[in-house]
Amino acid sequence: MAVIREFVFQGAEMLLVLLLSPLLTGFVRRMKARLLQRQGPPLLQPYRDLIRLMRKDVVLADGASWLFRINPYIIFAGTWVAASLVPTFRSGLLFSWSADLIAIIALLGSARFFLALAGLDVGTSFGGIGSSREVMIASLAEPAMLMIVFTLALIAGSTQLSTMAAFMLSSEVGLRVSLGLALLALIMVAIAENARIPIDNPATHLELTMVHEAMVLEYSGRHLALIDLTSELKLLLYVSVIGCVFTPWGIAGPDSGPLALAVGVVSYVGKLAVGGVLLALFETAIAKMRVFRVPAFLGAALMLGLLATLLLFVSRSL
Amino acid sequence: MMVVYALYGVAALLALAPIAIALGRSPRGSGVIYGASLIVTLTLGMIALLNLFEYSGGVSVVSLPLGLPWLGAHFRIDALAAFFLVVVNLGGAAASLFALGYGQHEDSPQRVLPFYPAYLAAMNLVVMADDAFSFLVSWEFMSLTSWALVIAHHQLRENLRAGYVYLLMASFGTLALLLAFGLLAGSDGNYAFDAIRATHASGGLAALVLILVLVGAGSKAGVVPLHAWLPLAHPAAPSHVSALMSGVMTKVAVYGFVRIVFDLLGPPDWWWSMVVLGVGGITAVMGVLYALMQHDLKRLLAYHTVENIGIIYIGLGLALAFKAHDMPLAAALALTAGLLHVFNHSIFKSLLFFGAGAVLNATGERDMEHLGGLIHRMPQTAFVFLVGCVAISALPPLNGFVSEWLTFQAILLSPQLPSWGLKFLVPAVGALLALSAALAAACFVKAFGVTFLGRARTPAAAGARETDTNSLAAMFFLAALCLVAGILPGFFIDALAPVTKSLVGISMPHQAGVEWLSIVPIAESRSSYNGLLVFIFIVFSGTFAAFAIHRLASDKLRRGPAWDCGYPDPNPATQYTASSFAQPIRRVYGTSVFLAREIGEMPAPGSTLPARLTVELRDLIWDAAYAPVAAGVGYATEKLNSLQFLTIRQYLSLVFAALVLLLLVLAIWP
Repeated sequence: MAVIREFVFQGAEMLLVLLLSPLLTGFVRRMKARLLQRQGPPLLQPYRDLIRLMRKDVVLADGASWLFRINPYIIFAGTWVAASLVPTFRSGLLFSWSADLIAIIALLGSARFFLALAGLDVGTSFGGIGSSREVMIASLAEPAMLMIVFTLALIAGSTQLSTMAAFMLSSEVGLRVSLGLALLALIMVAIAENARIPIDNPATHLELTMVHEAMVLEYSGRHLALIDLTSELKLLLYVSVIGCVFTPWGIAGPDSGPLALAVGVVSYVGKLAVGGVLLALFETAIAKMRVFRVPAFLGAALMLGLLATLLLFVSRSL
Repeated sequence: MMVVYALYGVAALLALAPIAIALGRSPRGSGVIYGASLIVTLTLGMIALLNLFEYSGGVSVVSLPLGLPWLGAHFRIDALAAFFLVVVNLGGAAASLFALGYGQHEDSPQRVLPFYPAYLAAMNLVVMADDAFSFLVSWEFMSLTSWALVIAHHQLRENLRAGYVYLLMASFGTLALLLAFGLLAGSDGNYAFDAIRATHASGGLAALVLILVLVGAGSKAGVVPLHAWLPLAHPAAPSHVSALMSGVMTKVAVYGFVRIVFDLLGPPDWWWSMVVLGVGGITAVMGVLYALMQHDLKRLLAYHTVENIGIIYIGLGLALAFKAHDMPLAAALALTAGLLHVFNHSIFKSLLFFGAGAVLNATGERDMEHLGGLIHRMPQTAFVFLVGCVAISALPPLNGFVSEWLTFQAILLSPQLPSWGLKFLVPAVGALLALSAALAAACFVKAFGVTFLGRARTPAAAGARETDTNSLAAMFFLAALCLVAGILPGFFIDALAPVTKSLVGISMPHQAGVEWLSIVPIAESRSSYNGLLVFIFIVFSGTFAAFAIHRLASDKLRRGPAWDCGYPDPNPATQYTASSFAQPIRRVYGTSVFLAREIGEMPAPGSTLPARLTVELRDLIWDAAYAPVAAGVGYATEKLNSLQFLTIRQYLSLVFAALVLLLLVLAIWP
């Protein structure tokens, strides 16, 4: 019985992240529009876009290979699995121990690997420019992310997100310099990983500094729908990770009743909303950066992460 | 008695060499030799595997009346040797199977066939040797046979140069090992490993031995800055031998390091690990940065071996640190991570070199800038090469990720280390490891994307044909192993338990019994990983998405010209190449590491001359370490040349002076 219950929760989590992610993107777009004194698209527009794209035929470029066709599914599956392993409304999910935070980051790395390959598949120069810049950005963002994971893992004594969230709730944690540095670095990495302003602009096409959109330029129809859904999932994942580690309040424990679960869901949606508002504010307030300024931005994140880890190593013996 | 059977196997391999000379030019020759090598290496691998699982009672020893009269030749298989024998013979068997097909296309088989089984035998002997004399003889035999294979295609001048550099570096490495063993054996000259094990070297002496071993074994393994020969020599050999050199011989070098430092040298000092960790971290990042700058597929793979050796050394260095500070459980974890990476790297690097060999065979090209679009012409090779790329980039759910994940877990245990030096070094090494992992993924996006994806850049690439069944069988076998070791890592970790137990006194907790076949290095609340579940999850959700979308939304598909923002250019030269793909990374890292410069020449407005972009890279390590030595040797030979044209009286007085000098030294010697 207990196992079935756990299965249900795991399935609910998978559905929840899948269903909420377009909403988050729609919400951010709407907030940005409002900040610019525009009406903005309806909140449900991303869902409509996805359904419309899925119904359309795929127009496949002549030189595309089998890899190009299965790539959207691989990328989507990897990201979806990663997103559903992050505790959102309830910790200690059935499969949450099958991958810790390092493995979740690496799963996103796998998805990126295949996405970058997709950019090279048709043999167009736009795909190439997107892929080469994406791997350049990733080569700094991934180590920065791992240093953040090191910091969190050293503080919480675990790389499991559920344990981390429980530790952050306990009174042992206190205020630490390392945590502040890690939060700052994590936000920087999340912005870069999700191709947001100032690194990349999710709203443009046909701009030479674009990265993500250039890579997926040849995709159409249901393939494009999956790629879009994947980026929405990834945004949700990063907001969830930040929420789970730095604001773990409200997450229901493994054996909590319906009320606690309801509180968990509501607080999770609340965290997403706050994250969305902050992201929209940040994106409206800042200008896009030149692509070769990005290494400085991410290098700073890497150094912050390294500094946070070093502080922990050194303070352990004091 | 296992070691005796294993020696019979080695003897069989050695006996194949003269047969190969006889068969060298006959059309059947390569089939016979590679077939026989396949059978023998498989048998040897089985023997080693049985030994590793201790069905034969653990350590088995034999001494033969060969070699030095007062010493004899000792051979021994213990857990460590058994593990490395598995690696050697698994790689050997895969290479032999691959060569059953690949070897048919060899132009001059008489230059490859005799040395191939001898080379396999030599690597086996190094691992089994139980005294310094047979170790060094086997080591040198391994170097010489592989050198002969490197210069098998001697018509190309660059291969001869590679062979020359390799020979110099190999001799230099052996010299360092010779001195190390001399110091270990002491003035009594007791060269048997048993005797060395019994007498622990003291502080300063042990430190000297450590440095010598790091130089001697490290030059064979390719640690920076002793790696210079590796990217020259490994690609020069025929591809199945490249796979052996990169996938297996570097591991034999790691074996030499582990055997001496963990087993023979006695309890470690804490600062040893600083040296090893520092070398490992720098090697990992430098190796992958070099690899990113290459556009020769085989050279890229060879540089990548340098990176992976760095990762292995990071694991070994952590194990030394924990061992020195008496934290056996953590030491077992770090050592397991390093050794598992030895195994994993031997598999996927062999696979990738086989793939490069298949491409070379089909197109005659190693330069990625002349390839492209091979996924259409060679779909099966492309698939297995892709598996290898994902595995080596340390991406889940394949095996490369597991060993790097274990290394990260070991790093996370290190704040408990008391020494301050390590407290600063280990996080930095962790950052270097993370950086190298991310750069490796970039590197293999480039390697696969430019070679197999896109459009064919030359007629040779456009007319490529899928490779033969034997080669494919070898590659599919290794690709399957990558997957199995990735999703069921618990069994592979358990197989390493006897090795860690013998070297650090304890092994990691038993993994095969963990629920759902997860791996749990320390405690479940701390960290766990389940490759099987992740794999099933991905497959399930991917198929679910595909099924649902095709069923509920649309499954129609049309073909059309590429969009490319409305300006598709039919010329394949407009695609991204290996160099242009690496340009952002070259700009970020290369400007400091390689002093990379881009010089653009724009013609004057109205002129019809082409614009030019030249990229300059400098290999600072070569310039700083190798070029001065080469120049010095050149200068010395020039000067000493005059000694060849002396009169007989001058020669005699030279001899007399040397004699007097030596006698003086003896007289003053304390």
